[in-house]
Amino acid sequence: MRVFFKLLCLTLAIILIGGCSNAPVDKGEVDKVDEFIILATTTSTYDSGLLDVLLPVFSQKYGTKVRVISQGTGQALETGKRGDADLLLVHDRASELQLVEEGHFTDRQDVMFNDFIVVGPSADPAGLKGIEKVTDAFTAIAFGGHTFVSRGDDSGTNRKELSLWEKAGIGDFKDWYLSVGQGMGDTLRMAGEKQAYTLTDRATYLSLKNSLDLEIVLEGDSLLFNQYGIMAVNPANHSHVKYESAVKFIDFLMSSEGQELIAFFQIGGEGLFFPGKGVDD
Amino acid sequence: MSLLKGIAEAFSLILTLDPYLTQIVLLSLQVSGLAVFFAALAGVPLGTYLGLKPQERTRFAGKLLYTLMGMPPVVAGLLFYLLFSRMGPFGVLGLLYTPTAMILAQFVLAVPIIAALTMIGIRSRGKDVQETARTLGAGRLLTAWTVVRESRFAISGAIVTGLGRVIAEVGAVMIVGGNIEGHTRVMTTAIVLETGKGNFELAVGLGLVLLIISFVINSLLYSFQGGGKEIA
Repeated sequence: MRVFFKLLCLTLAIILIGGCSNAPVDKGEVDKVDEFIILATTTSTYDSGLLDVLLPVFSQKYGTKVRVISQGTGQALETGKRGDADLLLVHDRASELQLVEEGHFTDRQDVMFNDFIVVGPSADPAGLKGIEKVTDAFTAIAFGGHTFVSRGDDSGTNRKELSLWEKAGIGDFKDWYLSVGQGMGDTLRMAGEKQAYTLTDRATYLSLKNSLDLEIVLEGDSLLFNQYGIMAVNPANHSHVKYESAVKFIDFLMSSEGQELIAFFQIGGEGLFFPGKGVDD
Repeated sequence: MSLLKGIAEAFSLILTLDPYLTQIVLLSLQVSGLAVFFAALAGVPLGTYLGLKPQERTRFAGKLLYTLMGMPPVVAGLLFYLLFSRMGPFGVLGLLYTPTAMILAQFVLAVPIIAALTMIGIRSRGKDVQETARTLGAGRLLTAWTVVRESRFAISGAIVTGLGRVIAEVGAVMIVGGNIEGHTRVMTTAIVLETGKGNFELAVGLGLVLLIISFVINSLLYSFQGGGKEIA
């Protein structure tokens, strides 16, 4: 028994020492380089793997690590407003511009774009494959009572989806409509399991396609355009934010190097994001 | 991806000490280990104090402890999120999305468990020991220490139960930690993420490690309940 207690103490000691050695060490650097910045971003950029390509290049160049919190756009905007992140990479252009106007965020740039697509079971019971307009497709889903899985998490994709229902003139959601409150990856997985339709960004769908039993049933409508924006939390509201490092990151993404990394990011031979701005003001 | 294939690949990840997996496991042990260490420092004295008092006089404290034992981890997470967010009362500390915040949240989850189980253990044996120690002329502190020593199996069981609870929880660490890779990502939050991303082998691998840890923890608990006969 005594031996056991000694072992227990030893284990605890190792854990404690390990905990201390992990603590951030102030190396007293001469030039002011922040150890890390916090980026709140959408599940769609995170799950696609794009950041795994971008962040190491940035960290190597500037010596600043980027800690990523993956949230829906609505939650990320809230996190930024509260000052719990230094910058945001999100996709709800109208809200972003409004929040910049209101002074919550600054230095916003249209960093990249892609598009939303409607995916569903290959049997396509609602017959969406022949339809061109997404509003018509949504009407067909609603009137046929075909199962539709919604993010239901106030994310950029969820906001887009709700705006499309509104444009289609449908406000009566019955039991065919499942609001699941999950990220894009989980939502796609649920749609696959339930053989239901859902709205997704192209990037997440392509990166998960192989493990999903879902097909693209509608794409190309101009309403399905998906612009991503990057912006810093306004230091005037939150004096603690690492504004300079955040701007460095924005400049890096907007530089030709950053934009090329975005353009060349592919999965299975298909580009997932297009650099820059793809929308008219 | 079949389950069997997932398990096979998961084993190879564990056996080759995959760096991503190893780092997540170590962070989990660190966060939960430290949380339980501090929770024991607070919970054992509290439980001993309550256990030595007459049961009628600690009725309310006992009920309170039992209630807190059942506190859902997400509620603890929400509480600390609101406290540590920059807009919250302790926002200036900048603790949100750090391991420290995770340790604090798990500490709060573990203290009631350790205190309540210690209290029960002390109550079952403590009275006799206390009276014997007093008769032999021990002071209050020495009496308390003797009671703790004599109840060490019950107390160890309480601590191990606390560890088993916090290392398996996902709600609190997800909210206050933010699941940041290499910084606040622990086993449970990683499983949620990797399942969503379709990386089942990694998710299954982490699940297996979690089960193994749970097995070790519960084996200890089992022996403590038998009065330590299996270990010594």
